[in-house]
Amino acid sequence: MKVTFRIWRQENSKSKGRFKEYETEGLNEDMSFLEALDHLNEQLVLQGEEVIAFEYDCREGICGQCGVFIDGRAHGPHRNITTCQLHMRSFKDGDVITVEPWRATAFPVLKDLVVDRSAFDRIIEQGGFITAKTGTAPEANAIPIGKEIADKAMDAAACIGCGACVAACKNASAMLFTSAKINHLNALPQGKPEAYSRTKDMVAQMSLEGFGNCSFTGACEVECPEGISISNISEMNSWFLKAKLFG
Amino acid sequence: MLLDAKIPEGKLEDKWRNYQINSQLVNPANKKKLNVIVVGSGLSGAGAAATLAELGYDVQCFCYQDSARRAHSVAAQGGINAAKNYQHDGDSVWRMFFDTLKGGDFRSREANTYRLAELSAPLIDHFTQQGVPFAREYGGVLVNRSFGGVQVQRTFYARGQTGQQLLLAAYSQLYKMIRAKKVRMHTRTEMLDLVVVDGKAKGIIARNLVTGAIERYAADAIVLATGGYSRVFRLSTLAIGCNGSAIWKAHKRGALFAAPSFTQIHPTALPQSSEAQSKLTLMSESLRNDGRIWVPKDKNDNRKANDIPEEERDYYLERRYPSFGNLAPRDIASRAAKERIDAGHGVGRLKNAVYLDFKHAIERLGLETIQDRYGNLFSMYKKITGVDAYKEPMQISPAAHFSMGGLWVDYELMTTIPGLYAVGECNFSDHGANRLGANSLLQASVDGYFILPNTINNYLASEMKTPGISSDHPAFEEVEEEVKEYIERLLSINGTKTVDYFHRELGKVMWQECAMSRNSEGLKKALSRIEEIKEDFWQEVRINGSASQMNPELEKALRLADFIELGILMCTDALQREESCGAHFREEYQTSEGEAVRKDADYAYVSAWEYHSEGFKLHKEVLEFEFVKPTVRSYK
Repeated sequence: MKVTFRIWRQENSKSKGRFKEYETEGLNEDMSFLEALDHLNEQLVLQGEEVIAFEYDCREGICGQCGVFIDGRAHGPHRNITTCQLHMRSFKDGDVITVEPWRATAFPVLKDLVVDRSAFDRIIEQGGFITAKTGTAPEANAIPIGKEIADKAMDAAACIGCGACVAACKNASAMLFTSAKINHLNALPQGKPEAYSRTKDMVAQMSLEGFGNCSFTGACEVECPEGISISNISEMNSWFLKAKLFG
Repeated sequence: MLLDAKIPEGKLEDKWRNYQINSQLVNPANKKKLNVIVVGSGLSGAGAAATLAELGYDVQCFCYQDSARRAHSVAAQGGINAAKNYQHDGDSVWRMFFDTLKGGDFRSREANTYRLAELSAPLIDHFTQQGVPFAREYGGVLVNRSFGGVQVQRTFYARGQTGQQLLLAAYSQLYKMIRAKKVRMHTRTEMLDLVVVDGKAKGIIARNLVTGAIERYAADAIVLATGGYSRVFRLSTLAIGCNGSAIWKAHKRGALFAAPSFTQIHPTALPQSSEAQSKLTLMSESLRNDGRIWVPKDKNDNRKANDIPEEERDYYLERRYPSFGNLAPRDIASRAAKERIDAGHGVGRLKNAVYLDFKHAIERLGLETIQDRYGNLFSMYKKITGVDAYKEPMQISPAAHFSMGGLWVDYELMTTIPGLYAVGECNFSDHGANRLGANSLLQASVDGYFILPNTINNYLASEMKTPGISSDHPAFEEVEEEVKEYIERLLSINGTKTVDYFHRELGKVMWQECAMSRNSEGLKKALSRIEEIKEDFWQEVRINGSASQMNPELEKALRLADFIELGILMCTDALQREESCGAHFREEYQTSEGEAVRKDADYAYVSAWEYHSEGFKLHKEVLEFEFVKPTVRSYK
């Protein structure tokens, strides 16, 4: 299989980037998209060119590190997957495939396809936790949590922090990510005591980082590898309102 | 060298309490003057960093990823064990201890293993309090399931994403302490060497992976929490970045390396489909609770799985191990699969897989129950293979997974270098020669959250009295120079082969000769082949770009150089141990039925290797079984 990769090259966060084309042969349809990029990089090494920097780690769809924009979509042509779960069988021989980094002011490009997503960590830092010191926990069954509530918390907690929601949004909004984090903890009895301050602080940090408002297009839910529901955003708004009124 | 495991006095159930009563404490007012470096931000690292900061120590935490939340603990799917006996099916701390010791084929310490079981119950309380959405019954109490190798239901889980949820809890506790300004986090920073001053660990040299800057960090104690090293096989279930560099460098600076060749081969990964593959994806073995494993009885059977009638299927685990069946421990299940595949009964395009079938479970429990239990695993399977496993069986295959070996540590989790600790998968303790399913999240978590924060005080209390060492100390300068020269040497080779080429070569040798089964001849061949790979690597590897920028090829090359050396130690260890135990199956030591033959009289010890440039020196920590009598491990 032979394709042309049109890839964003950028030396570092200060330099200007540009697209560069690479004709790549010897691919097969069982290769994951990242393995195809590995293959291209081996070619580049032997040609004396610097490899394309891109991110990955677990390569099984759970670490959230491998996000890139492929042909204008976060994580490529399918819904609800990560880049490492995309395979070359989704492309045709001779295709020209455009690959670029997440584009968002809050995610500066570090090199080529690698962006800095530490803004997400700073949102967590502002309340994405339950204040519980090690050694202070009551017996786990002492606080019953009905299955529906545990499931609801789990649905939100499944977020892998990849940033596809931001990349897919016209406004580069981080509301799906932030709302998933807030709703996971706010749903549980253990998280309730800090629900108002958590919501206010995390939302404030989200704005400070330069993420935009919800664009109401629903693109985030479509591209989210975990299919996190957009209804999380309205729930977060409701928590925010309550926090403003009663918090 | 004396290997003192420092096992406390007393009955098994009193040892941990006795240790805590007798260990030294640090005055709370003095803790902030002491600083601790934690390398790694997975369950053990993030748990340790957050807890040490809560105690009042000044903590710095390092990870090579872009965020602490990416650590590979995130990928463990199945669950975490705890002896809560919620199900009243006969579980207890003692039974869990015994299962773990027996599962590890009596090659771990009684005291450590008992403590693991003892601390498991409060750990579930702890994670629940941190917001882990464990599976619940409708009435609100926690649910359990049984898991590979265990007959009681002691595994707690959060869908198929238990590792992710536990890691997110640890990560959130870490960021809570970052907000409190008690932890300084260094992401995209990789430890490249250890600084030892007057025989004690005093700091690290690290590389900033964005700018390439080589940086010095000094501390009163160093905690390594860097995870497993099974990427030495190249194809493994581990994240691509997982590496053995930090522990290997510590080993070269004097920390003994224990049981290096004990690598768990996981029975339920997706099969390799081509040479280009970079990793093997793990399917949670919780699937073995309901799925049944089989191969066609006729090795030339080319029919589709669903067209093969019941009587022509060989449910080989149920046949060979009737009392455990599909739940047989990982080493047994992996080896049984290899045996069938080698005998020509493998399925799939490359004939390298076995079937994992849910047909009967769906008939018995209904589609909805199976979807509820394993839904995300089925959808992951579909994403990767394009196959709907609700309709036809999955194809699975054994793959390199967990490394039971690692740095030798005593009961305090301290290595043979004073002030250097190793927690979680990068130490050797607790699992012996085989790890039971759902014990890895447990061990990483109790090491980081509960054990280390109790033991490190004992060392730091005495360090209070000696003046701190700053990173201006000549020892730092010296190690930094060595690191820079090493990198320059690598970059200047400018050869004709890629780093991945060498990794594939190393992986092939390791998988062929030092994985599921080993023999003397093969291991000797492997040793000379790896020496050749090493020589070729240092003459022919090519890395473009410079050291003063983000350079992913350089990162890979640095890790691979260490893997090559580690591969030599692994084969040396496997060759020396002339018995079969757990994951270490020496073909020369088996029964006529193909079961492992352990030799307790000669090999009931932990092999701990000391590094010398001219070869490794073996030290033995004899394992004494004071409370249980090692038995033949039978799952029939």
